[in-house]
This record gives sequence, C-alpha cells and structure tokens, in this order.
Amino acid sequence: MLDIIRGKAYVLGDNIDTDQIIPAKFLSYNPSDPSERKYFGMYAMDGVPAGQMGLPDGNIRFVKPNEFKSEFSIVIGGRNFGCGSSREHAPLAIAEAGVRVVIAEFYARIFFRNCVNGGYLVPYESPERLMEITHTGDELVVDVKRNLLSNVTRRTEHKLSPLGDVAPIIEAGGVFEYAKLAGMI
Amino acid sequence: MAGMTITEKIMAKHSGRASVSPGENVWVNVDVLMTHDICGPGTIGIFKEKFGPHAKVWDKNRVVIIPDHYIFTADDKCHRNVQILRDFVREQGLIYYYDPEFVKNEPGMPNPYIDPTRTSYKGVCHKALPEEGHVRPGEILLGTDSHTCTAGAFGQFATGVGNTDAAFTLGTGKTWLKVPPTMKFVFHGQIPPYLTAKDLILAVIGDISVSGATYKTMYFAGEGISSLTLEDRMTLTNMAIEAGGKNGVCDVDDKTLRYVRARSRIHDYDVFRDDPDAKFCYEQEWDLAAMEPLVAKPHSPDNKDTARNCRDVKIDQAYVGSCTGGKITDMIFAASILNGRQVKVPTFIVPGSTEVHRDMKQLNLHGRPKGPGEKSIEEILIDAGCRVGPSGCSACLGGPPDTFGRLQKTEVCISTTNRNFPGRMGSAQASVFLASPLTVAASALTGHITDPREYVSSPIETGMAGVA
Repeated sequence: MLDIIRGKAYVLGDNIDTDQIIPAKFLSYNPSDPSERKYFGMYAMDGVPAGQMGLPDGNIRFVKPNEFKSEFSIVIGGRNFGCGSSREHAPLAIAEAGVRVVIAEFYARIFFRNCVNGGYLVPYESPERLMEITHTGDELVVDVKRNLLSNVTRRTEHKLSPLGDVAPIIEAGGVFEYAKLAGMI
Repeated sequence: MAGMTITEKIMAKHSGRASVSPGENVWVNVDVLMTHDICGPGTIGIFKEKFGPHAKVWDKNRVVIIPDHYIFTADDKCHRNVQILRDFVREQGLIYYYDPEFVKNEPGMPNPYIDPTRTSYKGVCHKALPEEGHVRPGEILLGTDSHTCTAGAFGQFATGVGNTDAAFTLGTGKTWLKVPPTMKFVFHGQIPPYLTAKDLILAVIGDISVSGATYKTMYFAGEGISSLTLEDRMTLTNMAIEAGGKNGVCDVDDKTLRYVRARSRIHDYDVFRDDPDAKFCYEQEWDLAAMEPLVAKPHSPDNKDTARNCRDVKIDQAYVGSCTGGKITDMIFAASILNGRQVKVPTFIVPGSTEVHRDMKQLNLHGRPKGPGEKSIEEILIDAGCRVGPSGCSACLGGPPDTFGRLQKTEVCISTTNRNFPGRMGSAQASVFLASPLTVAASALTGHITDPREYVSSPIETGMAGVA
C-alpha cells in the first residue's frame, strides 16, 4: 500500500449512489477484459447531476470527454458514500480513473467492502465534514501511516479515522492477498 | 451467555461458534452463492485470475446463476455476457442455471419467449431464488446484487456482495462478515386494504433515512407482519438495503415452511428465533391502522410524503415491476384497481419472473384459477390499456437504451420499484416517485399521484397466489 498519496481533490456531496458513480447502461462492459475495463474510467461519475459535479461550484467533469483517466486523484464525499447497488464496478471505475483514496464521512457497507476486499481504494472516514471545507482542485496529501490529510492549497490539516478492523486487508491489497498471508488459500 | 437474535444465531452456527456478538468479525460457511449477467462475468474473471484457469467452484450444488438484468436488448455485449455465464456453467458442471436461450430475430431483439417451453429463463433473481427452491430458513445466501437481502423474508441471512467477494466464495465456500446489531420494527394490527408492505417499508426508510440501518440487521416483527403474505414480507426485506441495512429478516412461520417445503429439494435447515433476552440496538413500533399510503419523492427512497399530499404531481408514466413490486400479489393489487377502467398515462407492467407471468395468464383477479369467461390478471391489465413486457429487471435500473419502459428526458414516473436516485430509471433528468402497486395503479387512472383509498374500500383477496 502507498504511504503518501498526493493529488487534486474532487469533491462530491452526500448519498452519492452507485448509479451516479457508474450508471447501469455501462455495466455491459466486462471488467475482466482489459480492453473493456478502461471504459469504467471513462464513465466514472458520469451519473452525478451536473450541479453536483465537483463542489462547491459544480459542472466540473470528473473525467474529461473521451479520456480514460481523471486529473483528480483523491475523492472527497459526504455521508453514505456509495449507497445503492452492490456493483463492484463502482469502486473499480473510480480506481480505473486513477484514484487511490476516497475520504467520506461514512460509507454504504457494500461499497466499503468492495473497496477493501477488491483492493481498489483506501476508503477513509473523516470525523470532519470535509466536503464543506475542501474545494475541487485543492492540492491534497494523504499520509496513510499517520492517518492525516493535508490540504496544501488551504494550509490546513485534518485527522482521518484509523482504518480499524480492515487495515490488515487493505495493507495486504485485498481479501485474496489477505487470505493467502493468513494461510487460508 | 447473552441472548441472541436470529441473525446472530445464523452467524454463530455458520462460523462454528456457540455465540457471537455484534461487531465481531467472523468467517462463515456460505450455503448458496448467486450471481447474474451483470456481475457474473466480472466474478468469473476474478475467480479464474485468483484460483487459476482450471479451478473448480467449491460446490457445484450451491452455485446459482440467474441471468435477469439485460436480456431483452439488441446490445451484443449483453448477449456476450450471458454467453460467458453459459460457458462457465458448462465448464463447471453447474446444475442451477436459468438460461434465456436467445433466439435472435435479425436485426431486432432476441426473444427468449419465442418458445417458452424451450427456455429455463426465470426473470429477476430475487424472485426466482425462492421459486426455484434455493432459499431456506437459517441459511446464508450471498448474491452479487444488493437486493439479495430479499430472501431474509424466509428467515435466512441474505446479503449482497461484490465480484471479488463472490469470487472468493466461489473458490472457498467462505466469506468474512461483521456481525451486525439488530434493529427491531414491530407492526401492530392487521394491514388495511389500502396499504401494502411497500407503504410500511417507505415509512420506515423515511423515518430512519437511507443510512439509518447501515451495517445493521432490520428485523420486521409483530402480528402485522405475520398477517402478511410471504410476497409482501419480501417487499419489506427487499428494501432493507435502501436504509443501508446489511440484511432484513422476518420470523419463520407456517406460511414460510409451507412455501419452502413445496419448493426446496433440501429439507434439512434450522428455524432460529430470537432469544427472549436478545438485544436490539433500536426498537420502533407502528400501528398499521394509523398508517397512510406513502410515496418516496425524487431523488431518494427516504424522501417520504403521503400520496394525498402529492395529488398535484402530474405523471407521464406508471410502472409496475421489479423484485420489489413485480410479484403476483403486486399484479393482483394493481389489477384490482385497474379492472374495468382505463389508464390515462402509459403504464408498463413487468412481471418479476416467468412464473409471475404464467400466473398472470392463469389466475383471476382473486388469485384463483381463472374459470370459463373470466378474465386473467394479464387480460385485465391489457384491457385497462397497460403494456405488459417480458419478465426481468427491465427499466427498474434504466438498462441499455432499448429497455422496455425506460424513462426519457424529463418524464415523471410513479413506480413500484425500489430506487429513485438521479438517473436510476434511465434518464438523468427524469423524476421517479416510489409507491405501492395500489398507489401506482390509482395514479395511472388519474394521471396524477392518487391516494388508493379513492378506489379501494374492501380487502383485496389474493387467494393462493404466491402462497406455495
């Protein structure tokens, strides 16, 4: 796992559901086929209503049209991030666009589980309402060892909640790697 | 030893322990793993990548594959995905697979209904699982679909997982779970004729919010629940995920056992009940006589209001379908209001399963075999001006652009489905109101959101429909 993650913030609101993260019409791509998997990056966050795309101003696309990677590498959300369907395509799409860490107040549980078990994203929880004090485009640094977020643009620091029970799975890189280390498979 | 809830007992048994407590992480043995056409290909890919190209599933009798999402579409990738399932089933020698067996009518859509006797296609997995005998009390069911929690109506632990979790279980028969605390919702009294379980669950979600049950079990109890049909209980547990719930569960009673005995090939299962000193993290009581027909307004299932308050909302479309609102009793509820009347807006009917569709053709309005000269449920709906489509997930989640009933532009739809997130039914500009089949049918007749009490005064009989 990376110790330091740097990049620009992409800020979203509360209850970002998996239909917004990756609309159902794109689920016919097969994530196991590399030539199709990249399209999940292209269409990540495609279902977020325009006014909510990249807060506080909105109307900022996560991925520019016809591109596969986002210029943003850290996603900030509000409450209940990733609610809705169990589609693993959701964390996969965010990761495929180039993101490695998501920070939200709390997560819907299947999304959280998919982030961890699939090894796609580090799903941090924040005791602060970061979506209200972070602007899309802010330069951020996440120190995974210290559970600390620095907003370089605003010169602020924010404690992140420790990863807790799932830290060993995240450190291993996913549930398969964790089970291998534990001698289960 | 502290008292345990149903969910805690199921987890203790499946982790080989005498007891478990909320918050503990346990490895459990899984009884049944289900996947479908949109998550199956990814699951199979991870399974082969991690366990090797020649790996075998842990138990070919415990894997169930039910294509249901993108079946009636001309999109070749969707057909390719079903072919990936079909190839995996053959390679692994799986027994429980329900194939739409496409017959493609160039250049249009494939039509699995072209000869129903030749296809084992079932429709929506959450309806097909109990119908085909894959749901039993006391077991653990995982499915690559968030509405897998539906099966909790049968007193089992059922929850949705992603592709990686499913692939892990495919190879090992195990998964890790955090034991959830249980929230208890008690319903007193008998359900009035103008309400269905949909109103009950919209009331609960509206109260506790879309994240009010995150990581928790939602347990539905009381004589109000035991008086419900199993299908209506499925509506409750189905939408546990809409409050963030890990699972929903109901007590097992004679209705449950009758259904399971008639369907399951396995008769060895546990019926767990709460201990008298079981601990609940939250308890709420409801008086059914005091409840009203509800809707969830755009764009969140917890945006609760009464149907009455929304009577000024004009609708462009009505939709009856999905794992939540496409069961045979839902069809009877809708037909009982539409019988002998004409809809004012396009009204789409999507049977939840091919069994529901068959019953719609064979049963009368009261859920009994249709006699000579009597209309079937389907005939009543068609005569009222409804369009009946093939069973499957259809427009509940939008789907490919050629999906039956998919919303266009800024259309306003009232629907018996489960989610009204932005863009959920296909158009990012559309608005979806969630409601019971009674409220949807009443609204279809008037063209605006309508309280079904304007049409329903006496109890609606559903007879033997969906009973066993």
